[in-house]
Amino acid sequence: MSPALIIARHVLQESIRRRVFVIVVALSLAFVALFAFATAEAFARLNTLSPGRGTLDTGGLATVTLVGLGMFATLFLGTVLAVFLTVGAVRGDAERGLLQPLVVRPPRRSELLLGRFAGATGVCVVYVVALYAAVIEVVHIAGGRYPDQIVGPGVALAAAVTILIALSLLGSVMLSTIANGIAMFMVFGAALVAGLLNTIGTALASGTVETIAHDIALALPFEALYQAGLHGLAANQTGFTGLLVNLGPFGSGQAGSLGLDLWAAAYLLIVASLAIVGFSRRDL
Amino acid sequence: MSDTAAVAATALYKRYGSVTALAGVELTVRRGELVGLIGPNGAGKTTLVKIACGLTRASAGTVTVCGHRAGTAPARAALGYLAELFRFPGWCTGAEVLALHQRLARSTGGASERDELLELVGLSDAGERRVETMSKGMQQRLGIAQALIGAPPLLLLDEPTSALDPAGRRAVRELLEELRTRGVAVLLNSHLLSEIELVCDRVVILSGGRVTAAGRPSELTRAGGIEVHTAAGLRRFPTATREDAPAIVASLVGEGQQIYEVRVVRSTLEDVYLEAVTPE
Repeated sequence: MSPALIIARHVLQESIRRRVFVIVVALSLAFVALFAFATAEAFARLNTLSPGRGTLDTGGLATVTLVGLGMFATLFLGTVLAVFLTVGAVRGDAERGLLQPLVVRPPRRSELLLGRFAGATGVCVVYVVALYAAVIEVVHIAGGRYPDQIVGPGVALAAAVTILIALSLLGSVMLSTIANGIAMFMVFGAALVAGLLNTIGTALASGTVETIAHDIALALPFEALYQAGLHGLAANQTGFTGLLVNLGPFGSGQAGSLGLDLWAAAYLLIVASLAIVGFSRRDL
Repeated sequence: MSDTAAVAATALYKRYGSVTALAGVELTVRRGELVGLIGPNGAGKTTLVKIACGLTRASAGTVTVCGHRAGTAPARAALGYLAELFRFPGWCTGAEVLALHQRLARSTGGASERDELLELVGLSDAGERRVETMSKGMQQRLGIAQALIGAPPLLLLDEPTSALDPAGRRAVRELLEELRTRGVAVLLNSHLLSEIELVCDRVVILSGGRVTAAGRPSELTRAGGIEVHTAAGLRRFPTATREDAPAIVASLVGEGQQIYEVRVVRSTLEDVYLEAVTPE
């Protein structure tokens, strides 16, 4: 077994033995139950509304909005999990004396870091995909419809969390645990603001605001991936319904593209390389 | 000869900003040799050990471990290390900690190696105990067992007995003597001078980032004269040697003195240490 896999397995074991999974699964079940209740109520209310509201597809609007809400919650919970699994991976563990016995072993530091990345990614990707699937199914059961795209937004969500893990690991090389945790949530918050700016820019037809939001999303491509995922949920919504979706908090005018995918992959490589170089040069 | 040494440091410098932790250290630990590294806090002992095991990079100079540049994979494969401040994951059992390090060290010893090491450090019954339920002393012994995984030819031990009770310290001393018989070189960083004096072949005293004294304990300590307890009180003969004792006793008896005790005085390692680390 390669050193990276040994460490990844160790991270998975830690997640199981420290009951991370138990807590995460229990709280996520509570979230899904609450979400299911709200979704059922929303569709029940929708069914009491009188039909014939022009071209508005209320069922479609409710479906993509609710899945969008679920997707946001999934990204948020996935981010919390990702940050807590990696926030102190290097400096934090070194300060506690956990890292030194591992680093003096023959494997390279890059392999140890890759193992931490692989372990955290394994946990978080499985988690966000499972939660996202639950959200989709809850909305389908309650409303009888699926969003326009399912796989693409799910992949975008998983990719977004993977980038967040890489950023958190890079932060753990450079910052203390507390500073890194604060930095990660501030970065996450800034990205959310960019998403809202994009919605406002679209509503006001302000090219400047949209450009700012677009640039922030590119600087933090997990947000661009999330926006692309939201866009995919309502990819086939047109007319008034499409407009309403895009103006809502869980709509997005930013479609995914090959360019974004390539940039996200390059970004991940750059962040990972910086983390590896930083870790290799750090005195422990 | 440095390429055959277990550890060889040459003109070693380490600076942290404006602070110089090591200022041209020259040190050799031969294979199978047990060397004690002593010095006051901030002398650079831990920095030296960390550079040898690749945790910290030198600002200048070189360190080799069994002929390999310190920090490289072959150098790290040749050593076992116990940090001064270390911790193992609390959720792991002792055996799991050792198994993880066996995998990383590519040791093929399996369960028999784990059992042997746990027995060697007196933790035979604690292998399935979680680290978080172990006392500090038990964790330190587990740390020593971890350092011995893969039977490395060099051990770097940074304060290995700091959390141990007297019985535990004695057990570590016996373990070090056992390791010497197996040809394992040990660089032992400790504040416990009596311990160093008891087990080490050589002692290196580090102060202000420099080696201020080095040699066998018997070479470092020196004759301190002869003390004679008589009925009239203590008589000191500071320049006398062991060979002078019969003549001194005969002379005193000739003077009518009653002799109760005769002691050949040698300076202790503590005296040597204090002399070496005290600024002139």
